[in-house]
Amino acid sequence: MIQAIRSAHDVMMERDATVVALGQDIGYFGGVFRCTEGLQKKYGEHRVIDAPIAEGGIIGTAIGMGVNGLRPVAEIQFADYIYPGFDQIVSELSRLRYRSCGDFFAPVTIRTPCGGGIRGGQTHSQSPEGIFTHISGVKTVMVSNPYDAKGLLIAAIESNDPVVFFEPKRIYNGPFDGDPDKPSVSWASHPKGEVPEGYYTVPLGKAEIIEKGTDLTIVTYGTIVHVAQAAAKKAGVDAEIIDVRTLMPLDVETLRDSVNKTGRCLVAHEATRFCGYGAELVASVQKECFWHLEAPISRVTGWDTPYPHAFEWQYFPVQQRLVDGIRKVMEAG
Amino acid sequence: MTKNPKLHIPQPTARPGDPPDFSYIDLSEAGAIDRPPTDAAVRDIEYLATGLVRVLDDDHEAKGPWAPDLDPETLLKALEIMVLTRAYDDRMLRIQRQGKISFYIQALGEEAVSVGPGLAFEDGDMMFPAYRNQGLYILRNTGLVDMMCQCLSNTRDMCKGRQMPIFYHNREKNVFSISGNLTTQFPQAVGWAMGAAIKGDDHIAASWIGDGSTAEADFHHALTFAAVYNAPVVLNVTNNQWAISTFQGFAGGERQSFASRGPGYGMPGIRVDGNDLLATYAVSRWAAERARSGGGPTLIEFVTYRGGAHSTSDDPTRYRPKDEWKAFPLGDPIERLIGHLEQLGQWSRSQQESLEVKMKEKVSAAWKEAITFGTMTDPPFLDVELMFEDVFEETPQHLKEQRDKLLAMRGGRS
Ligand SMILES: Cc1ncc(C[n+]2csc(CCOP(=O)(O)OP(=O)(O)O)c2C)c(N)n1
Ligand SMILES: [Mg+2]
Repeated sequence: MIQAIRSAHDVMMERDATVVALGQDIGYFGGVFRCTEGLQKKYGEHRVIDAPIAEGGIIGTAIGMGVNGLRPVAEIQFADYIYPGFDQIVSELSRLRYRSCGDFFAPVTIRTPCGGGIRGGQTHSQSPEGIFTHISGVKTVMVSNPYDAKGLLIAAIESNDPVVFFEPKRIYNGPFDGDPDKPSVSWASHPKGEVPEGYYTVPLGKAEIIEKGTDLTIVTYGTIVHVAQAAAKKAGVDAEIIDVRTLMPLDVETLRDSVNKTGRCLVAHEATRFCGYGAELVASVQKECFWHLEAPISRVTGWDTPYPHAFEWQYFPVQQRLVDGIRKVMEAG
Repeated sequence: MTKNPKLHIPQPTARPGDPPDFSYIDLSEAGAIDRPPTDAAVRDIEYLATGLVRVLDDDHEAKGPWAPDLDPETLLKALEIMVLTRAYDDRMLRIQRQGKISFYIQALGEEAVSVGPGLAFEDGDMMFPAYRNQGLYILRNTGLVDMMCQCLSNTRDMCKGRQMPIFYHNREKNVFSISGNLTTQFPQAVGWAMGAAIKGDDHIAASWIGDGSTAEADFHHALTFAAVYNAPVVLNVTNNQWAISTFQGFAGGERQSFASRGPGYGMPGIRVDGNDLLATYAVSRWAAERARSGGGPTLIEFVTYRGGAHSTSDDPTRYRPKDEWKAFPLGDPIERLIGHLEQLGQWSRSQQESLEVKMKEKVSAAWKEAITFGTMTDPPFLDVELMFEDVFEETPQHLKEQRDKLLAMRGGRS
């Protein structure tokens, strides 16, 4: 997935001279996760910019560049460190178009690695997507595989609206099925691990049905897409699995059609539960599908605590928790 | 004719393969910088922000007005803590490489930035350290076993498994909990100091951040509040030249010293040789006295060098010359203190060797004890219920339910 993200930058910087990247350690070093490796050499220090350690500065200056006609791609080293830039996102980036009636806007993409499963403790594991979907005015994406990562990132860079783009770092190097005792696998053998070389997009605002099924619908995104696939197999159910991909704006139609067909729905994410993004998913499905539901909609999420270091696998929605969640939805009603 | 403005992109003087080049660091002779009275007006002492306060000269002799009156026992204690810090770091780094802990950060080469200032404060003063100030914890008698158990997330972990390795705290000894989010504790230290003044006691606070961290807005919040209220606080910047892969020029250190930010806000800024224990102590002592007697805050920049990788997740050979530390003009803080003690006739190489052996043994003994409280792979393990405690003073209902659900899933046992 790292190569896919790098390639999206490369394709866009090649096609469009207004695309610039900025962030901590992204230039000479190529990023702590190596997502921008080689780009500074190719496009120069004025387009791939090493930034001071100031997330508010990175996002604030990206807005200024965007207003001045550039398409900045800002990297925040970890989603856990985005908060010093939060005011710039909430008060400025998301509202600029609205308050200036479209006269000013900033086509900024903010990329940031999120999620746990790497023993990163509470400051390298957070999934704060729900805070951003709540803002009104920034699009929010979380990717689950290399093919989508490249296509969605290109779409995000091309979008005139600001996009907060989450990359679950646990799956940078390969899918993760939620069983921490298994050896890591690479993307090589995954159908979505293959990434075309040139330009293509995956549209913002479109969910994808990862697996067709009839027993229940599992609505999820990010790392948990892979966990859900494994869990459905283990539970022996014919699940329809939907990768939401763009969290804001939400593709309600795909969710509605699926749940109206299966009549059962499980929502799963890694983030904390209370006021988490899953609550919006449940409310949307409930509104659209109430008369088709055969069981209450259920959620599997991270617990409502900070992300703990030692209890990583008790905290993370591992396979077994998804299996239990599936059974609960299947047995109800 | 107009000329297009062009952005300046800071460049380090040397990259991998280049010979190290520290010509950009302005040095002063040992003993050359005046030591003003602690109640001097900021505008009269701006020279402190651009000079480099040094006590030890190249022959390890203490020179000039900043030479502190530290007795040999205190100097030997400082040496012991620095040697112990390095031995601890060395062992924990190897333990991380063996996969027994998940992460580690060394302070190699920066030991005098924790130990010198640490000696200058009183026990009741509150320390707000960064992640490279383990020397402060050791100096303030945080047991090595306790520190190791924290890194192991085991049953004796002070953080109950909630924090990554090295994010210690020690309430009893007034050393604050380390945050992973850079610079956040800088304004908190100012607030603690304001609190002391509001309550009317004479304790002061001190905090440490890195050169790179000065770019965060919290740095400016801290300096603004400290200056506005004349808060009794000592604000320290450890300029070890690097912030992961970006050199200090990316935080604005190219044109002005970090210490120079102080006078800009109306407080003294002092630039000091961070590898000279006598100087780090003397400058901190000056700032502590000034703060305690109502003179307000001081910003101190310690010029030093990050001798090791940023952390165990980093590979510095990708972005800086391999042997750069060897060429650093301010040397190694431990070697320089040894030289000084030898010069005083208080220490010998053979005494140093036996001290190093003793400290290594101390570390080994601590490790043996620490692992009896469990490791990440070997029992005893922490109770999983601990995950749900301390989110709030009293655990709310929804967390109790989540806890019970997890326990039920695990068959009731934890
Ligand atoms: C708010 C925030 N942004 C980014 C990071 C990631 N990060 C951790 S350490 C570091 C470099 C800090 O450099 P410096 O302040 O010079 O301290 P040093 O590591 O050199 O001691 C960065 C960018 C973080 N921990 N917190
Ligand atoms: Mg630094």
